[in-house]
Amino acid sequence: MSALRESLGFLTSRLRQVGIFVALILIVILFQVLTDGILLQPQNVTNLVVQNSYILILAIGMVMVIIAGHIDLSVGSVAGFIGAVAGVMMVHWGWAWWIAIPACLLVGALVGAWQGYWIAYVGIPAFIVTLAGMLIFRGLTLITLKNQQITPFPDELRALGGGFLPDITGGTSVLEWLTVILGVGGTAAILFQAIKERRVRRRFNLENEPMAWFAVKNGFIAVLMLIITLLLASYRGTPVVLIVLAVLVIVYSALMNNSIFGRHIYAIGGNLHAAELSGIKTKRVTFRLFVNMGILGALAGLVFAARLNSAQPAGGTGFELDAIAAAFIGGAAVQGGIGTVAGAMIGGLIMGVLNNGMSILGLGTDYQQLIKGLVLLLAVAFDIFNKNRVGGTSKIAKAFSIRTKPPVTGGPTAVKDNASGQPAPVSSGTSAKP
Amino acid sequence: MNVPILQMRGITKTFPGVKALQDVTLDVNRGEVHAICGENGAGKSTLMKVLSGVYAHNTFDGDILFENEPCNFSSISDSEKRGIVIIHQELALSPYLSIAENIYLGNELSRNGWVDWRKTNLEAAKLLARVGLSENPVTPIQHISVGKQQLVEIAKALSKEVKLLILDEPTAALNDEDSDHLLDLILHLKGQGVTSIIISHKLNEIRKVADAVTIIRDGKSIETLRLDQGQITQERIIRGMVGRDLESLYPDRTPVIGEEVLRIEDWTVQHPQDHSRLVVNNASLNVCKGEVVGLAGLMGAGRTELAMSVFGRTYGRTVSGKVYKYGEEINTSTVSDAIKHGIAYATEDRKHYGLNLIEDIKRNISMAALNKLAKGGWVDGNQETTVANQYRKSMNIKAPSVAAITGKLSGGNQQKVVLSKWMFSDPDVLILDEPTRGIDVGAKFEIYTIIADLAAAGKAVIVISSELPELLGICDRIYTLSAGHITGEVPIADATQESLMHFMTQEKE
Repeated sequence: MSALRESLGFLTSRLRQVGIFVALILIVILFQVLTDGILLQPQNVTNLVVQNSYILILAIGMVMVIIAGHIDLSVGSVAGFIGAVAGVMMVHWGWAWWIAIPACLLVGALVGAWQGYWIAYVGIPAFIVTLAGMLIFRGLTLITLKNQQITPFPDELRALGGGFLPDITGGTSVLEWLTVILGVGGTAAILFQAIKERRVRRRFNLENEPMAWFAVKNGFIAVLMLIITLLLASYRGTPVVLIVLAVLVIVYSALMNNSIFGRHIYAIGGNLHAAELSGIKTKRVTFRLFVNMGILGALAGLVFAARLNSAQPAGGTGFELDAIAAAFIGGAAVQGGIGTVAGAMIGGLIMGVLNNGMSILGLGTDYQQLIKGLVLLLAVAFDIFNKNRVGGTSKIAKAFSIRTKPPVTGGPTAVKDNASGQPAPVSSGTSAKP
Repeated sequence: MNVPILQMRGITKTFPGVKALQDVTLDVNRGEVHAICGENGAGKSTLMKVLSGVYAHNTFDGDILFENEPCNFSSISDSEKRGIVIIHQELALSPYLSIAENIYLGNELSRNGWVDWRKTNLEAAKLLARVGLSENPVTPIQHISVGKQQLVEIAKALSKEVKLLILDEPTAALNDEDSDHLLDLILHLKGQGVTSIIISHKLNEIRKVADAVTIIRDGKSIETLRLDQGQITQERIIRGMVGRDLESLYPDRTPVIGEEVLRIEDWTVQHPQDHSRLVVNNASLNVCKGEVVGLAGLMGAGRTELAMSVFGRTYGRTVSGKVYKYGEEINTSTVSDAIKHGIAYATEDRKHYGLNLIEDIKRNISMAALNKLAKGGWVDGNQETTVANQYRKSMNIKAPSVAAITGKLSGGNQQKVVLSKWMFSDPDVLILDEPTRGIDVGAKFEIYTIIADLAAAGKAVIVISSELPELLGICDRIYTLSAGHITGEVPIADATQESLMHFMTQEKE
């Protein structure tokens, strides 16, 4: 009984993280039923991955920006612009892919540096700077393309968008074995990492998730990964872009958790003043954050152009909204300081499955937009209702009359009678919160 | 003459865990200027919030009679209807609206639902004349000085036909000239029959305007001194303000004081907005190895501003002066420079400036010195946890684990996290700003012990505090600040609360 109670208490205290996970599963099941099983057909799963890859790449950078308390509205235009630049470089100028791709990423970094300069050092709110950027880079896209699409791209670049890893058995077997090896290996690595993490936490006397939840969660993730592996392997194997995405997720998750840069991003978003007074160079961190966003935006633009096999004047339109939605559905806090790369990926997948499922059902973009909008609103509303943050007990936990944490009496702040007159630290001007 | 206008009886106000006011009595006569005195945190502002309806009538015990009728206010608008108007320390003006618009904000002069601009500006001009402010009523508030803004607040109060005007530290943000003008205005309004309650620390001001002084200490009303009975003297007020029992305990320590570590010379800081005000004026001080130096001063004396301007110029617009460490001049113009030179500053406002409340204990502790845990930009999470666990044990931080969110800890434990953070940055000089504010008595003793241990370990410690007994209990030497000047440097052997308060209320010419 107490174990059950403990598990329940844990689940309610982490309602958000658990909820998003459950939501994804429910949405998948819902559309699997509604589409008569088309959703999880091997070819469609492959499509799902490739179609969403550029949004997911953008969502990685976006969740970092949002954690720091900023926003970036320009990423769609930046992705379109880089697609155009790639078109000019590779098609018009005939640059080889191994020069053009790094050059495009460099242009992305410069774009990010441009926006980062205005946000971090001049102190203009990110909302304004990136709204301007949205217009500026859309304009530059049109100028670069002279309002006409550029096509076709060389095969090497197209592989980034629609290519697959080579079939090591030469296409003779039912399952594509390299995919199976990668999938099983990856699953094993994730489980190994989870168990190691749990051991470390126990060694340092940190609270662990209840064993039951730990087992269910990781068992489920493993099964999910293996199913996806199987589905991919029985179609054409592993899309190249999935490998790119997997590497990015691993690297950026590590960066956010274990690097000084990542820690400083959380510190700035959690409390800008405290971060400044702790000696964190907040302007420099903000600047680098936007440079990073520019590079990821460029990568997303390359993948998108590669998938379409053309650089389009309207390429990337609306991507920023999907990426922002992914980050917020994935649990990033509007006020900053909270969010994870993994969460943003799940948020992106929810949006992706909704898109894909509704398209299969033949729903028009009118209803698609309506439903996606409602999902975003509900996800963030859930956050607000369930404000299981500083000092508060979750309302839903209260409804279950479960104490998630022993109540802590707040400091008797009320007795001070001299609230004002304290100096504020010199603002870095980067505190704009959307 | 002595007709009571306000009688407050047995006022008791409790916040979770704290009795902010306990059986407070206040009698104010019609047409007088009544000052309320007390140390920071004594409960003065809480009492005024009770009176003005900020705290609704059912959230405290006791009775309020205004003009012999009981008051049951649920909000500020209830008390304003009866003619009680409070002007807070932080002015409640909208910077972009005009003077006239601000005066009638929420109370607009209208005809058929449309604002009557002609009447608004005409009436505003009359009110401005009453408070002696010669400004065009259409001037935006942001274009006039803080002193004049204060007068606009009073004009706004007059527009509400005020009978009892409450001013919470009205001169704290003003320069001398503006202060004098304001005090004259209060006396002028008194001549027109307006009763005033003024909260102030500045004893010379009180002597200038007050007909009566009520002293509040530790949430209790101590006594009311009356001018016509010759009771209002500086000594009497100081005795009333500090005369508490010195029961609280401080750890024993035998200071071993070594060489000078930090010296600040001729430090001058301007107010970031109002350049005519010097918040810190030519201050010099030093602190030695193993020494605990106190910085005493009343609200607005410039203690925090001095500390923050030294710590990476985090306060003030222009700063002049020099900082020496071990006799060599150092540059502390950014926070990371200051930290590099071994200076740490633990803020008085840990919730807003000290902690990331949505993050856990270990990440807060490592925040100021993350590079000590990192190789090539990557943080060693295990080492971080180990370090945090060490501090949790040595500082006795009460939490389920170092992965607990700091926002859920009690004030005392939060403060220990802040101190751990700075101890981990391994400073030579620690500046602790109000280290025991908002902390219960038991945790206070622990904080004092930590301070004593730091000094014993050879650190130089500067403690800023509003609580004089605290400074007397833990310091080896105490500087007093008043209006930005260092007015005294008192070795602990010669320091008493009275002597410190004397320096703290002294005005330098």
